[in-house]
Amino acid sequence: MSALLEVAGLTKHFPVKRGAFGFVSGHVRAVDGVDFELRAGETLAIVGESGCGKSTVGRLVLRLLEPTAGSVRFEGEDLLALSDSAMRARRQRLQVIFQDPYASLNPRMTVGAMLAEPLMLHGLAGTDAARRARVGELLDLVGLRPDHARRYPHEFSGGQRQRLAIARALAVEPKLIVADEPVSALDVSIQAQVINLMRALQDRFGLAYIFISHDLAVVKHIADRIAVMYLGKIVETATTEALFRNPRHPYTRALLAAVPLPDPTATRERSLLEGDIPSAMNPPTGCRFHTRCRFAKDSCRRDEPELAASPADGDNGPADGDRGPADGDRGHLTACPWWREFPPASSIVEAAGQDQDRIRLARLQAAFVTAQREAP
Amino acid sequence: MTASTLPAAPAADEAREENPWARAWRRLRRRKGAMVGLAVVILFVVLALGAPLIAPYDPIATSWSAVRKPPSWAHWLGTDEVGRDVLSRIIWGARASLSAGLVSVGIALAFGVPLGLLAGYAGGWIDALLSRMVDAMLAVPFLILAIALAAFLGPSLSNAMIAIGITATPVFVRLTRGQTLAAKVEDYVEAARAVGNPHWRIALRHVLPNIVPPLLVQASLAIAGAIIAEAALSFLGLGQQPPAPSWGSMLNSAQRFIEQAPWMAFWPGVAIFLAVLSFNLLGDGLRDALDPRHK
Repeated sequence: MSALLEVAGLTKHFPVKRGAFGFVSGHVRAVDGVDFELRAGETLAIVGESGCGKSTVGRLVLRLLEPTAGSVRFEGEDLLALSDSAMRARRQRLQVIFQDPYASLNPRMTVGAMLAEPLMLHGLAGTDAARRARVGELLDLVGLRPDHARRYPHEFSGGQRQRLAIARALAVEPKLIVADEPVSALDVSIQAQVINLMRALQDRFGLAYIFISHDLAVVKHIADRIAVMYLGKIVETATTEALFRNPRHPYTRALLAAVPLPDPTATRERSLLEGDIPSAMNPPTGCRFHTRCRFAKDSCRRDEPELAASPADGDNGPADGDRGPADGDRGHLTACPWWREFPPASSIVEAAGQDQDRIRLARLQAAFVTAQREAP
Repeated sequence: MTASTLPAAPAADEAREENPWARAWRRLRRRKGAMVGLAVVILFVVLALGAPLIAPYDPIATSWSAVRKPPSWAHWLGTDEVGRDVLSRIIWGARASLSAGLVSVGIALAFGVPLGLLAGYAGGWIDALLSRMVDAMLAVPFLILAIALAAFLGPSLSNAMIAIGITATPVFVRLTRGQTLAAKVEDYVEAARAVGNPHWRIALRHVLPNIVPPLLVQASLAIAGAIIAEAALSFLGLGQQPPAPSWGSMLNSAQRFIEQAPWMAFWPGVAIFLAVLSFNLLGDGLRDALDPRHK
């Protein structure tokens, strides 16, 4: 099965200019050789701390930024080779949702004009009446009313604005939506609504998402696969299930350990990250994570690890839930050759799950949630 | 839990449905200074447009029986050195002053905004070139440059307007460029690109409407400056040509009689003062009303 999107060796170095004459004094290596692929209808989450380059990857895929190197193939076509006008036409198939719905909607455009614009640009819904009907349909699709089309963005709440941003992305019936932290500016209660909406729309239209987030708790609910980024590189990629059950890279483990559990009695690995992410202008040699890794060895400072399926023998372990070596690079890849030597990470996420009382409580809660959903 | 405590869909706030301009007008109305300014501006506009109906005398008709008469019931603001009615000349002079203000700022906007938008949006060498030209023009004092240009073009009111307009252009280029630089990194501009807008459409539909408020403020302040400049050029004989009236040329002829007939200089001075003050008040009010940070 061929991929919808294939990204290889994607690199973006931003020049840093200093002084009155703007001499380039160095480069911020925001993205430094990223490879991944995405199938139609699939969700790939890219997670990592602020400054790891995850948002830059999203913008490079959409060609909102020009990569320094690498290739982005969408439906088999190299996007980077396209002319400006050809790229504009391709934008019908690739859309974006930004983090801050207060910034991403033009404050001087009515909702109707905003949603009609992509239709007009791509020659969809030819007549005014057809366009109006489609705008109403889009608003309905994201849970707003068609008569909201006359309003301006400032008249909506944050969650409603993000729904509008989703409606704008959907207007042209894209195949892929890059969602750059789409819920992190929203209240937790609204986050769930927006995530559920995104999942419902994915099922309905067969959308593929690149879901960029720093929040593994959110990602767990929407992603099929997760790529963990650190300082411009992917350090681990796996299916969501495999990553949560058996995280390999020390950085992934630290991220998972930072996810709050809704259970005060849970015990788990204490491997919280210390210190800040190093400067991307001057990344550490060898493994970029060695400065903060509690398992770091001498060789980690020297040798840059490859993102590999399994260092020695291709045996990923039966409990891993991998698709096996036949699936090639779609398995569980880790940029750390030493992961087998680390203590088991089974206690990271749902450690106290055996507890009988807790199971009963969870069932009770689940019953409430179901009842609540079924209420009209 | 029931549906009444958990609304299925978030209800939109029904209260406010007004566009940004309606809101700005509501806020402008609350500002006394701005409303006084607006009232005086409207008064001058009415005077200028209705001059043939309102002015009690022909502004260029001389009368040797009424030379340099002080204010009286016949001539409310007195007469000048050839017996022309000062009030009538001020009413007709409002045409020259206001049209000089509006036309020259119109010229400045017509050139300054597109150039600033181009410089700010395109960046690179286009920006560098335009910005250096603007810097060079701004290095010369406003009036000096206007006088030099007006002298070069030849003395007439329309040439004075062109000279003032060109001189006022760099300010608008610089302001538009700065605002464009700030607006073009906004998420909604990136979103406009992602949707597939061509560059010209992003600049005109997404950047320009969002930078109009500061431009409007600057324009109302620039009108005040242009009125002064027109008065100065007319005073120097480079603007409105005699015998047609303009406040500046009235001041010019009054200076020789400042002791014998001070009303000849006083009333044009008051007119300039009021027009400039009211445009400034209006501009300040607009700045506050259009700034979303003010409540």
